[in-house]
Amino acid sequence: MTTAVKLDPVYDLALRMGDNALILGQRVSEWCGHAPVLEEDIAMANVGLDLIGQAKMWFDYAGAIEAAGKSADEIALLRDARAFTNALLVEQPNGDYAHTLMRQFLFDAWHLPMLKGLAASKDERIAEIAAKSAKEATYHLERSEDFVVSLGDGTAESHDRMQAALDALYPFAGELTLADDIDRDLAARGLAPDLSVIAAAHLAKIEAVITEATLKLPSGGAVRKGGKQGLHSEHLGFILADMQWLQRAYPGAEW
Amino acid sequence: MSNEWPLWEVFIRGQHGLSHRHVGSLHAPDAEMAIRNARDVYTRRNEGVSIWVVKAAEISASSPGDKEPLFDPSNSKVYRHPTFYDIPDEAGPM
Repeated sequence: MTTAVKLDPVYDLALRMGDNALILGQRVSEWCGHAPVLEEDIAMANVGLDLIGQAKMWFDYAGAIEAAGKSADEIALLRDARAFTNALLVEQPNGDYAHTLMRQFLFDAWHLPMLKGLAASKDERIAEIAAKSAKEATYHLERSEDFVVSLGDGTAESHDRMQAALDALYPFAGELTLADDIDRDLAARGLAPDLSVIAAAHLAKIEAVITEATLKLPSGGAVRKGGKQGLHSEHLGFILADMQWLQRAYPGAEW
Repeated sequence: MSNEWPLWEVFIRGQHGLSHRHVGSLHAPDAEMAIRNARDVYTRRNEGVSIWVVKAAEISASSPGDKEPLFDPSNSKVYRHPTFYDIPDEAGPM
């Protein structure tokens, strides 16, 4: 297996997993100091920190594969929007708390089966990172799932807000399990799970929870996609500006 | 009706063999969320192996004003403290 010209697809996988975790972690951390109640503020910040920690593990691995040997910080803080490979879902704005929780649920419902699949990867390092992250993702999913059910099946206002969030965000959910050539190649070599299997688990979880929450899945409608290929919504640029300005303004700054 | 979530008292067992200890309180809509919140608020640094939560309203407490009748009478009964026994060396530390 020689990959003289193109980078190892494992690099793309590590980058994609890391980008999804990093951008969602950054988004979630925007709530720090602003969440509706103190307990939620701490819980949300915890989730954000978990995700950013996971991004670091994925980027460390990506950097080790890449010939240039970039550090996790360089990968996170010195790339432009077109080089980011996260799904569009995770860069969507926080909106009200319903949007934040719904985005989290749609993500967690994919993240956990994906990580469990990756924990069985033939690549030892991938399996290791995934197994460690899966413990955190299990907790994230329990939390977000619980919230979707209790707020969906809550008051008239909480129900309507959760439904509005679902209508707005559901079109982005499908991109997480949309396979391209890299995914198919990785699956064929036992390095990553078959995304059609993950898609089935993702959808089954969503349908079960949304039904219990007395919400309705929007029917039809195209899957909003492109993030994986670096084609992002207008939101990513703002996130990166926030996240990267210090490292751009003071290159190499440390603390 | 108050819009505030009810208050829960949180008890954490630090390690196996120890008993649960009161660590603080927090607000949560139900017991499940109270445990989740307690996990995030009180066990971030690996402090625990088990969490109990109980609604603060469900706890009955002695009144501070009753301190004297409740506790003073035992003050003068030194013989209730096991300080008059010679512990044999073989018994080791008690």
